[in-house]
Amino acid sequence: MKVAVLGATKGMGRALARRMAQRGDAVALLGRDRGDLERSARDLEVRGGARVGIAICDLERPETFAPALEAAEMALGGLDTVVVTAGLFAAQDRLEADPELARRLLLVDFTNTVAFCEEARRRLLARGGGTLCVFSSVAGERGRKPVVLYGAAKAGLTRYLEGLDHRFRAAGLRTVCVKPGFVRTSMTDGLPTPPFAGEPEGVARRVLRAIDAGTPVVYAPAAWRGIMLLIRLLPRFVMRRVGF
Amino acid sequence: MAGTPLADRILAFESATGRLRAEAGFSLFDLNRVFLARGFCAPVAPGTQFITLGGMVAADVHGKNHHRDGCFGRHVTRLRMRVGDGTIVECSPEHECDLFRATLGGMGLTGHILEVECRLMPIPSPWIWRESERIADIDRFIEALKEAGPRWPYTMGWIDCLSRGRGLGRGILMRGRWAERAEAPSDPPRPRRRPAIPFVFPGWVISRASVRAFNSLYYHRHRTGVKRGIVHPESFLYPLDVIRHWNRMYGPRGFTQYQCVLPDTAGHGAARRFLELLTSRGGASMLCVIKDCGDEGPGLLSFPLKGISIALDIPIRDDTQSLVDALNELVIAEGGRIYLAKDAFTRPDHFRAMEPRLPEWTRIRRHWDPQGQLRSAQSVRILGDRP
Repeated sequence: MKVAVLGATKGMGRALARRMAQRGDAVALLGRDRGDLERSARDLEVRGGARVGIAICDLERPETFAPALEAAEMALGGLDTVVVTAGLFAAQDRLEADPELARRLLLVDFTNTVAFCEEARRRLLARGGGTLCVFSSVAGERGRKPVVLYGAAKAGLTRYLEGLDHRFRAAGLRTVCVKPGFVRTSMTDGLPTPPFAGEPEGVARRVLRAIDAGTPVVYAPAAWRGIMLLIRLLPRFVMRRVGF
Repeated sequence: MAGTPLADRILAFESATGRLRAEAGFSLFDLNRVFLARGFCAPVAPGTQFITLGGMVAADVHGKNHHRDGCFGRHVTRLRMRVGDGTIVECSPEHECDLFRATLGGMGLTGHILEVECRLMPIPSPWIWRESERIADIDRFIEALKEAGPRWPYTMGWIDCLSRGRGLGRGILMRGRWAERAEAPSDPPRPRRRPAIPFVFPGWVISRASVRAFNSLYYHRHRTGVKRGIVHPESFLYPLDVIRHWNRMYGPRGFTQYQCVLPDTAGHGAARRFLELLTSRGGASMLCVIKDCGDEGPGLLSFPLKGISIALDIPIRDDTQSLVDALNELVIAEGGRIYLAKDAFTRPDHFRAMEPRLPEWTRIRRHWDPQGQLRSAQSVRILGDRP
């Protein structure tokens, strides 16, 4: 596999990139902070043995998308898989108190993520196809009190990926939409840990299997598939009362 | 206690020298997964792999090879730290060596350890050749440990600490070394499944009777004579890691660990006196591990010194404080000391009486953190820091 990962320096992206490097995939890391990217690249090089490319890419700066993917293609000598784990998260209370932050979150998690995926899609299709794996969230499954804005952005992203899968699968583009439940990473650091919380390593194992198989939707950890099925079935009057 | 599991990246590794540099949250578990198959192991062999490099420095951990290779600190070549005022400092045995020595075993109180550079040890294969032997009492146990020391890199023993009289300190001695390539299986050891204790057991599960039954069973299950063979490295190095959340066995009040070292200068009788005191006080320890230690290392508050170390897991009861006090008084009288990484009950006057190196360590700590920014629950209890 020749894979570019946006968001590989932390959490689930870090764990996924390690699994890929360890089994011998060629990996390029895209991210905002050059120093951080270089540290992660060294980590993967020791674990995997192969050279790891890096390129600056910032979901708040759409002008970085094309050059970053271009650089990744050059470094890898091709490209057949693009993974996006990057995103912005903030608690609902903070977003309500800070409209500027809310606007940024919606822009990053929906509009700009979609724009990045469009750039990746064009490049993968131009090469005859490939896999686009994007981390959405179980937060997009239902309108819920603690994730009104974040959930709305992720709901939009999930629908976009579903449409992409329907439209381009025949042409060779496999779309994998990952819906993580609660996973212990720097993003959820400080939040109370609910039952069925997962670890990045377990999520990475499951996601890599889904990428290999081209599974269009994957919940991780697996228990969240059942949990979200129940939550989707709850009637509105119940959702209005409960706190989750 | 602070952990930095998110700072877990390897920054550099030279296979020619075994030199590794990594962020302080890099775990021994990860280290084994990445490096055992490549012919390198950690320079010390502590009892669990669920620890990080930063923690290994802060507690200056030792292991089954202490009699030969000393503490982890002896193999650390460089540290990157954020000290009390927020500045970043690199220290090593040559550069800012006071800070370096005070940080080895300093329980994180001299600064936030950010990166650790150390030397890994080359190994012929990732499998272990193990021998185990049943030993009848404490005096023979100590002799057997001292005898195995020069010939075996890894030694340790498990003791049935409820047996009294003639069988006082009976147990099983384990000796091991890395298997030669010719005697080891050709495939690398596979990761093992780790069943978990699913919930906190009720408090009565660990009682004197159940601990006695377990200890007796464990002792008698081992036939007389020596058992030998190739084993999975995890089953030899980290037998307790096999069951996750094993602490839940101890019930809602939990347990405390206690580890002390009794110097050789106190004579063979010291370990016997310690076990006699423990059994007479009814201290029911499920697990009692005995190990011979080599010389004191460079770490200023580092635990081991030449002698015999005894480690206990004690279920918390109403009398736990007085039991620990009594054990500590004996340790002081024998000229020994306790391991801070396992301590939750020691009183400040007892600690000061065991630790003649404390004033020098405190001077260095004050130099790097004059405002006393870095404190812990333990430093409040035994060093009198403000809460």
